[in-house]
Amino acid sequence: MNIYVLVKRTFDTEEKLVVSGGQIQEDGAEFIINPYDEYAIEEAITVRDAHGGEVTVVTIGDEEAEKQLRTALAMGADKAVLINTEDDVEEMDQFTAAYILAEYLKDKEADLILAGNVAIDGGSGQVGPRVADLLDINYVTTITSLEIEGETVKIVRDIEGDAEELETSLPLLVTAQQGLNEPRYPSLPGIMKAKKKPLEELELDDLDIDEEDVEAKTETIEVYLPPKKEAGRILEGEIPSQVSELVSLLRSEAKVI
Amino acid sequence: MSKKVLVLGETREGALRNVSFEAIAAAKKISGGGEVVAVLLGESVSDFGNELVAYGADRVITVEHPHLKSYTSDGYGQAFMAVVDQEQPEAIVFGHTAVGKDLSPKIASKLQTGLISDVTDIEGEGDDAVFIRPIYSGKAFEKVKLKEDGVVFVTVRPNNIAPLEREERSGDVSSLSVDITNLRTIIKNVVRKSAEGVDLSEAKVIIAGGRGVKSKEGFEPLQELADLLGGAVGASRGACDADYCDYSLQIGQTGKVVTPDLYIAAGISGAIQHMAGMSNSKVIVAINKDPEANIFKVADYGIVGDLFDVIPLLTEEFKKVM
Repeated sequence: MNIYVLVKRTFDTEEKLVVSGGQIQEDGAEFIINPYDEYAIEEAITVRDAHGGEVTVVTIGDEEAEKQLRTALAMGADKAVLINTEDDVEEMDQFTAAYILAEYLKDKEADLILAGNVAIDGGSGQVGPRVADLLDINYVTTITSLEIEGETVKIVRDIEGDAEELETSLPLLVTAQQGLNEPRYPSLPGIMKAKKKPLEELELDDLDIDEEDVEAKTETIEVYLPPKKEAGRILEGEIPSQVSELVSLLRSEAKVI
Repeated sequence: MSKKVLVLGETREGALRNVSFEAIAAAKKISGGGEVVAVLLGESVSDFGNELVAYGADRVITVEHPHLKSYTSDGYGQAFMAVVDQEQPEAIVFGHTAVGKDLSPKIASKLQTGLISDVTDIEGEGDDAVFIRPIYSGKAFEKVKLKEDGVVFVTVRPNNIAPLEREERSGDVSSLSVDITNLRTIIKNVVRKSAEGVDLSEAKVIIAGGRGVKSKEGFEPLQELADLLGGAVGASRGACDADYCDYSLQIGQTGKVVTPDLYIAAGISGAIQHMAGMSNSKVIVAINKDPEANIFKVADYGIVGDLFDVIPLLTEEFKKVM
C-alpha cells in the first residue's frame, strides 16, 4: 500500500509566546511534530505493518523541518520529502499549502493519505480536506479508528463527542483525532536507521509550480496576545460561607447565572 | 459594497443549533446591508426555515433529499454547491462545528478562495470586515482578512458572536431540488457518547473535573450541578487518561476548545494544555485542594478546598436561589 502522511512542524505548546513587530517570535523556541500529525504517522506505520507497502512523510517548510522529518523516520516511516518553500513563498495560507501538497501528490497514486485533523499553531484544520478535494478523492476527518479490509475501509470518527461509524473505500484521505492510537517514541535503533533513510528535498520549480499560483488568499494583518487577566479572588472563611459567597458573586458581580 | 451572504443552518437532535443564529448575526455584519440567505440541508428540514428568518435571515433555501439525512461531505458538498451556483454569493458563513469544519475546506477549495476558520469576533462591516481568530490554542489572536476579491468565507466558533434578537418577521422559504449522487461514504451508525441535550462546545455552563475527581463515580456530583444549571460536564486529559470518563469530554489543546459563560474547574491542576481549551471562558471558578495549583492563576474566583465538599454545597446553594 502506498501511504503518505502530511506533517507540520509546530511550536512546542509548552513555550511561552512572545509577540514583537506583529509576529510570533520563534527564535530559540522548541519545535515539535504537530501532536495530531503524530497520530497520523503512528497509524500509517500500523497500516503498513499490517498490509505492506511504504510510508512517506511529507512536509512544507524550510531546512529546520528536517529534524521533524527525521523523527518521523525514526518512528518507522520509510521515506521523507521536504518541500522547501523558503526562497519562493513569503506568505503562506491553507490554500497555498494544499495546492503545493496536491501538486506533489497528484501523480503518486497514493492509496491512503493521513494528516492531523488540526495543527495546534494555526488551528485551521483545512489543509487535509482541501488536498483531498484537489486530488478528487474522498476524505474523512477526525477519525478515531481505521480498519482496512481489501478495498473497504471501516472508520469511526469523532463528531463532537459522539462516535460515527462509516464505510468508504480507497483511495482516501483521513485526518487523525486524539484516541486513534498511542504514538510510539522513536527507539535508539530507529534513530540510527533514520539517519540513512531517504530524505528528498524539493522546491516549487521541481513541482512545476509558479509562485503566483500559490499566492495566499488570506492575509494576517496583526498578531497579538490576549489582554492579561487580572489575578482572581481566592475566597476565604469556612467552606460553606465561601460557597454562598461564590454563588452570590456569580449572580450579582459576574452575572453569569 | 453590500454583499449577499449564504449561511449554513444546522440542526441537532431535531432543533436548530444556536451557532446557526450566531452565524446569521455574523453574516449580517459581513453583508454590510446586503442580503442574508440561510441554507438548510437534510431529509426534512423546511419546518425550520421560519425560525432562521426570526433570527435575521432574509430568506431561506432548503435542499431536501434522502441522501442528506446524515451528513457526508459528498452529499452536503453537492447540495451546498448547487445553492452557491444558483445564488452566486459574495460571502459564506458556517458554524465551526463538526459539519462546518469538515465541509468548509471542500467548498473553499471548489471556489478557490481563502477560508478564515474558527472566528471569534468581527471588526468592521461589509468590505471592511476583519476577522479575529485564536491561534496557538488561544494563547494569541490574529486579525485576518481576504487578500483580494473573492468569496469571503468564514466559520464562527460557537458561543462567541451574539445572535440577533428573535422577532417575528417574514421571509421567503423556498426549496431547491438537487440530484445527490455517488456518495463515497456510507454512514452505518452513530453511537451517542456525549450527554443528552447540552453539547459541550455550545454549553453556557461547564463543570469540569480533573484527576481530583478520583473515579468514574466522582463525576456524579459534577453532573448533578451541571444538570441543575443547564450545563455540561467536561474533563481534563488527566481524568480521561485515568479512565474516569470518556475522551469525548476532554477539554484542552487536544480535545475541545470551549468558551462558556461559566467554567467551574474542580480538582483540575491547570496544565497549560488544559488551559488552552478553556482560558477564554467568560468567568472561571477554580476549586482545588492545592492553593498553589496553576488553575488559580486564570480563575476569577477560587475556593481552596476538597471538591467533594464544595460541589455538593454549591448545588444546594444554587437550588436555594434558582
